[in-house]
Amino acid sequence: MTLEISPRRRVINFVMLSLSGVCTVLVIAVLFFILGYLFVHGARSLNWNFFTKLPKPAGETGGGMANAIVGSGKVLLLATVVGVPVGFLAGVYLAEYSGKTFAFVIRYVVDLLNGVPSIVIGIVGYALVVRPMHHYSTLAGGIALGIMMIPIAVRTTEEFLRAVPNSMREGAMALGATKAQTVFTVVVPAAASGLMSGMMLNLARVAGETAPLLFTALGNMFWSKGWLAPIATLPVMIYNYAIAPDEDLHQQAWAAGFVLLLLILVVNVTARMIIARGPASSRR
Amino acid sequence: MASTTHIADVLRRRNNRSFFERLAGGDEIAYSITLIAAVAILAIVALIVLELWTHSTPTVKTFGFGFLTSSAWDPNSGKFGALPFIYGTCLTSFLALLIAVPLGVAASVFLAEMAPPKLSDVLTFLIELLAAVPSVIYGLIGIFILVPAIRDYLVQPLKAVFGFLPIFQGDFYGLSFLSAGIVLSIMVVPFIISVSREVLLAVPTELREAALALGATKWEATWQIVLPAASTGIIGSAFLALARALGETMAVTMVVGNTPKITASLLSPGYSIAAVIANEFAEASGDLYVSSLIFLGLVLFGLTIVINALARILILTTTRRGMK
Repeated sequence: MTLEISPRRRVINFVMLSLSGVCTVLVIAVLFFILGYLFVHGARSLNWNFFTKLPKPAGETGGGMANAIVGSGKVLLLATVVGVPVGFLAGVYLAEYSGKTFAFVIRYVVDLLNGVPSIVIGIVGYALVVRPMHHYSTLAGGIALGIMMIPIAVRTTEEFLRAVPNSMREGAMALGATKAQTVFTVVVPAAASGLMSGMMLNLARVAGETAPLLFTALGNMFWSKGWLAPIATLPVMIYNYAIAPDEDLHQQAWAAGFVLLLLILVVNVTARMIIARGPASSRR
Repeated sequence: MASTTHIADVLRRRNNRSFFERLAGGDEIAYSITLIAAVAILAIVALIVLELWTHSTPTVKTFGFGFLTSSAWDPNSGKFGALPFIYGTCLTSFLALLIAVPLGVAASVFLAEMAPPKLSDVLTFLIELLAAVPSVIYGLIGIFILVPAIRDYLVQPLKAVFGFLPIFQGDFYGLSFLSAGIVLSIMVVPFIISVSREVLLAVPTELREAALALGATKWEATWQIVLPAASTGIIGSAFLALARALGETMAVTMVVGNTPKITASLLSPGYSIAAVIANEFAEASGDLYVSSLIFLGLVLFGLTIVINALARILILTTTRRGMK
């Protein structure tokens, strides 16, 4: 027995299914056209000065972003020091220690923090650090980005620790290890590669954040000394140069965008490959 | 026999260790440290709310909640009203969803229902990679590629066909609600696709098979059976995208035009909550000015929290139902 499907239904089926395929191609094409343009245009605007020279005063051409590259590094280092330990330990708590109700509350609040718009985190950084100290600083920028790193750090830690099979915990306990020894010498090392790539993704995410730095780290045309002076960062430089009415600065903004995006994408691809190949996911 | 009692004995002794013994063994310390970290997160969020609230009191005291409905924004004469920014934030986000939801859902249908699993995985990986692109990069692309493209290729046809509508009247200079909406839509599409795809994949295969067995075409099975079953989750993905669009700062700031104005025309420049904070906060002088901007931040915070919570509930209900 064969089922009869009228030509009209056949045509509708074909048209609609093709349409969904076309939409997919359209979305991917638009996105990749844009990124392709950035890569071509950005790479063309890139030169050695970009990495080695300081920005030139307004009106002069040339110069580079050496201070912003170092600045981004400093701010991200500080953010990692602020955000990762708190997030990691809270993640350990959720995965290994917590009861149901309190864990629900913490998870909810972590999600909430993850949803806070980045500009609001900027305001908080300003209110907590800049205002009491009366000046913009690397410290304020690092703390703002650090707060942004916490939610993802918690979630990845919890997820990867949960993926460690219970037999490992039981094995450690049976050998006489205490709970703390089990968690920190058996479970955490077993999840280490996942945890590391999770943190890399986390870092890549905040590396491009601009809004929280606008009025915390502010910006700086020169080298920033110590941790309490304003500091230039790549994303803020891109923003400032892109809206400046100067073709030479636009070129530098493209170059900076290229460098920033390349770093972020390389970290993302590497980390995702490690996670995909890691032991944690194959066991799931 | 003897060994069993020995083990039981050891276990009993271990469980009966005093608090100080466990402290010395590191157990209590490790537990306390992780607990402190977890509680610290609660404290940080509480601190965020508290800071936003205390710093916005001057504005609340001066204008009351009329601040939210006033459209006057003139820092020089001390007049502050939030309406143009709330309007701009909502309008640009709504525009973004209007473009991104149909495209994103169609693409997720293709990825979940039609594409071979391998191809689907590769495409999803690429699309998720796009979600990692920072917003300042989208802003850069917006200013230099999309805005000129919209001006040259989109606005003329739109005006020719829909020019009689109030939303397409007035002159177009590039920076506008429309540009911001389009840039935002490109930014949120990856989120809609990856969440909707997950939700569609969670719909039980039996439903599809039953529909196909009853003689439905692939499209009919998708449109009449699978999509309705996944609808709550798909709406959830739209809400997630909405929350992101509302809070999006840099890309909008760079293409929206930064003019506090309420007009029906999408072609006119506007402003958004996040954009006004980004633009004016560092230069704001005077308590009232700063506190008005912080109050706007609090409004944005509240908006995104409500939308995020709704999205999470919607997505959870469908994926849970699907797993059963």
